Amino acid sequence: MSVDQATVRRIAHLARIALSDAETPHLQGEINAILSFVEALGAVDVEGVEPMTSVIPMKLPLREDVVTDGHIEQKILANAPLAEDDFFLVPKVIE
Amino acid sequence: MNNPNDLTLADARAALRGRSLSSVELTTAHLTAMERARGLNAYVRETPEQALAMAEASDARLARGEGGPLEGLPIGVKDLYATKGVHTQACSHILDGFKPQYESTVTTHLWRDGAVMLGKLNMDEFAMGSSNETSYYGPVASPWLPPNWSEEQARTAMAGDKRGLLVPGGSSGGSASAVASRLCLAATASDTGGSIRQPAAFTGTAGIKPTYGRCSRYGMVAFASSLDQAGPIARTTRDAAIMLRSMAGYDAKDSTCFNAPVPDYEAAIGRSIKGLTIGVPREYRLDGMSPEIEKLWGQGVEWMKAAGARVVDISLPNTRHALPAYYIVAPAEASSNLARYDGVRYGLREPASDITELYEKTRAAGFGAEVRRRVMIGTYVLSAGYYDAYYVRAQKIRTLIKRDFETVFADGIDAILTPATPSAAFGIGEKSDADPVEMYLNDIFTVTVNMAGLPGLVAPAGLSGEGLPLGLQVIGRPFDEETLFALGEVIEQSAGPMKLPKPWWE
Amino acid sequence: MTANARSTNLIKGATGDWEVIVGLEVHAQVTSRSKLFSGASTEFGGAPNSHVSLVDAAMPGMLPVINAECVAQAVRTGLGLKAQINLRSTFDRKNYFYPDLPQGYQISQYKSPIVGEGEIIVDLTPEHSIKVGIERLHLEQDAGKSLHDQSATMSFVDLNRSGVALMEIVSKPDMRSADEAKAYVSKLRTILRYIGSCDGDMEKGSLRADVNVSVRKPGAPLSTRCEIKNVNSIRFIGQAIDVEARRQIAILEDGGAIEQETRLFDPARGETRSMRSKEEAHDYRYFPDPDLLPLELDADYVARLGAHLPELPDVKKARFIGEYGLSAYDAAVLVADKDTADYYEAAVRHGGVARDAKAVANWIMGDLSAYANSLGVGVAEAGIASGSIATLVDLIGDGTISGKIAKDVLATILAEDKHADPRALVEARGLRQVTDTSAIESAVDAIVAANPDKVAQAKAKPTMLGWFVGQVMKATGGKANPQAVNDMLKMKLGV
Repeated sequence: MSVDQATVRRIAHLARIALSDAETPHLQGEINAILSFVEALGAVDVEGVEPMTSVIPMKLPLREDVVTDGHIEQKILANAPLAEDDFFLVPKVIE
Repeated sequence: MNNPNDLTLADARAALRGRSLSSVELTTAHLTAMERARGLNAYVRETPEQALAMAEASDARLARGEGGPLEGLPIGVKDLYATKGVHTQACSHILDGFKPQYESTVTTHLWRDGAVMLGKLNMDEFAMGSSNETSYYGPVASPWLPPNWSEEQARTAMAGDKRGLLVPGGSSGGSASAVASRLCLAATASDTGGSIRQPAAFTGTAGIKPTYGRCSRYGMVAFASSLDQAGPIARTTRDAAIMLRSMAGYDAKDSTCFNAPVPDYEAAIGRSIKGLTIGVPREYRLDGMSPEIEKLWGQGVEWMKAAGARVVDISLPNTRHALPAYYIVAPAEASSNLARYDGVRYGLREPASDITELYEKTRAAGFGAEVRRRVMIGTYVLSAGYYDAYYVRAQKIRTLIKRDFETVFADGIDAILTPATPSAAFGIGEKSDADPVEMYLNDIFTVTVNMAGLPGLVAPAGLSGEGLPLGLQVIGRPFDEETLFALGEVIEQSAGPMKLPKPWWE
Repeated sequence: MTANARSTNLIKGATGDWEVIVGLEVHAQVTSRSKLFSGASTEFGGAPNSHVSLVDAAMPGMLPVINAECVAQAVRTGLGLKAQINLRSTFDRKNYFYPDLPQGYQISQYKSPIVGEGEIIVDLTPEHSIKVGIERLHLEQDAGKSLHDQSATMSFVDLNRSGVALMEIVSKPDMRSADEAKAYVSKLRTILRYIGSCDGDMEKGSLRADVNVSVRKPGAPLSTRCEIKNVNSIRFIGQAIDVEARRQIAILEDGGAIEQETRLFDPARGETRSMRSKEEAHDYRYFPDPDLLPLELDADYVARLGAHLPELPDVKKARFIGEYGLSAYDAAVLVADKDTADYYEAAVRHGGVARDAKAVANWIMGDLSAYANSLGVGVAEAGIASGSIATLVDLIGDGTISGKIAKDVLATILAEDKHADPRALVEARGLRQVTDTSAIESAVDAIVAANPDKVAQAKAKPTMLGWFVGQVMKATGGKANPQAVNDMLKMKLGV
């Protein structure tokens, strides 16, 4: 299985990484090299095998319903590139 | 003493407890060595004020006869770990300026036990790499001289683009280089596909990736959640055991962290391995394998036998599928884990007129080429139409890989002996321009262990014909790190003391 | 439901009758103190980013830890929906980029939800119900909020809601009209409030619905549907369905085809419109969240939760009909709100003595409800003890006061002192009904004697009796027993 340039652009958009036309062929080549590498897995017999869900034998731990967190606006916003009145600011989202 | 930073962690611990050395003296010696070794580029942030303050506090406790297991001992921290108020960027441009308001659990344990923080160590960006060449801060030089190079040559390269100097391995290249160069007594590192074990092998140091869930991942920048695990790199197996004991432990803030007491790993050092059954998997014997590696592996078998273990051939039939399956699962999880780096709440933000542009420009500018490749692959293999063929299939193969190990363990195998790397360290620039897959092949002996969630330890096993360090790997049963430490010690003792390179870089 | 009855739901178009198919995905905020995967508070309101933990803000290295109560609430709700509880369920990441989604993914359940198929019985009329199937219920994180109107160029992001637990309850496409859909949501809301797993406050956004609408000629296969997102009132759900159904019919009758798309309901314009930004096909790349393990419950745990559920509305309604002799209508009204039902039952059972259960129902559904509505609260919050209602009914029952006087007593209590004891008030104000026959006879005789012309009219027109009754009641200050007055007058007037 290999990808064409249109697919590369579509994936780049899904991943929200800007990709110039100049960069696309090279990245396409790299991705296809990796895809060929993993292609061999298609031949493995996985009949009746369950996909791995947890590497170690433990149950999902549950937490008591108590408020233990919050009211740390300073910490939450400390690294914000742009904030105002304790809101994060981003360029307008077009709805 | 001339160079306190030449001491092992264990010996330095004894010196501090015996009061023949103070933590301030020990820390100062390290800080000086770090200053002189800046050319190696092992540290991306030095924290001298904090280190000395911590050292002073440790000396006060030691004077009172108090002190934790790591009291006063200077440690380096991989840039992957959140350290409160201190540079934490996983060596990526996209986390520019990020200083966490919180501490990772693993480093919390270190400071709880009295360790001193020297600084943050270089690494491959977001832990993606096997040579530390993908770091935003540039490559790290291994202290080992390339074969036939003079010290002069090395210094010249170091001052330039470092091409030709040896890679320390990756992703924990800064950790391995710093430990081997005596710029810290030990370092925290992390391993997703081999990122502790391969650098340990390349630099003649000891490293262990414990069982998945042994250490908490809280506060570790996530790469591939089901594979990532914290672990130490140190100069000896004993030192690694001392470090792991502090690093490990249950944490309710990590839902995948196992709740079981942490044994005194150091007690396993020197434990007899008589009667243990060691498996040698035939599938790890690769076509065209380096004769030197093969010879070392055979040597390891002899050492095991000499120490009283039984060595048998075993089969792990799905071994060859591990690396391709890893390069589906790890990028898939990474593509999702790295979605939060979007310029909104922290890190780099590129100028943009709408939100989509913000995301796209920030992530394009912020991620390096390897990270971008893996995020793209990961996005692709999870996407509609491909999910079953790639991701689900890879997870099924993972079940098969784990089953292979469970079968041999059930048959009475106590541990498995394999090579650690397909070769000794290569030169900076030698593989980074090639096909990405060539770099991935470095992990061939190590990824199976992450895929199965098992513990794996690499101990220094000698030098290659060209005088470069080689390591051997032992893989253990879940939560049986103690057997690995015992075996690692046997390897280390049998191979003889690893003579780390003298500082040509000062 | 008979085919005929549901055929009245058909919409007449230019080319014939059309059937509307409706399915609903309701998002219900789970009642819990802290969030689904973090310990921050779920309290409504709050200063921006004040109910946000490092996990909610998706800081590097943060990890989710699941809230036990949210799991319990989902199981309780599943039991309330007579649904299959899946003892093993998994959490999946739904990946997409939006500023109110800090992780770049929402933790949800895709392949294996915690609750499977169930059903709700929806009363359309007191005699008439339909069954609406439940497809599944799963737990998921809510997103934060982006404010787009604070500035011309920037959006403001508040993550307080980010990570709050939601139950997504997906119905089967079993509804055939706006009214059925509204009744479904209303019933679902009642069930959730009974269980206590969601407060159902649509104004606060605790309950919102995505409405799936398609149309077809009766008997034809299911056709393309459109999804109307985030409708936040029952009234709007009904309007949106009507408007969307007509839109689709118009397109189809015109020879066009329906594009599967996501739309928004605009109540001001009374129309649905396409959501441009969601037009692009979303590839959510669902995969199991590797930071979480599969959730495993045991049968004992589910049984324990089931044993502690309150009596649910359908069972309570049947019991009210059987035990208290209420009509289906009255029982339905009383059980629509658990607090009201409990209040009613406390009144009926007050003091452990038997009383007229229907009368109690009438008082609560009538005068007391009217009062409570005027305050904007439920009867249980109106401030008058259920025992007082019981006492009023008792006072009528034992003849102490008439129904009319009782109304006045209630009004007085509500206006002056809600804690007042009705019996004491009756005594204090001398409101006891006059039942003494000779006293009544004197009053009747007086009115009859004073109005001979009316007496003559009454013989011809028996309905004049009412005028006489009114006069006698006025003369006795309303305290004469009306029935006794009536009987006496009939006798005296010879009608």
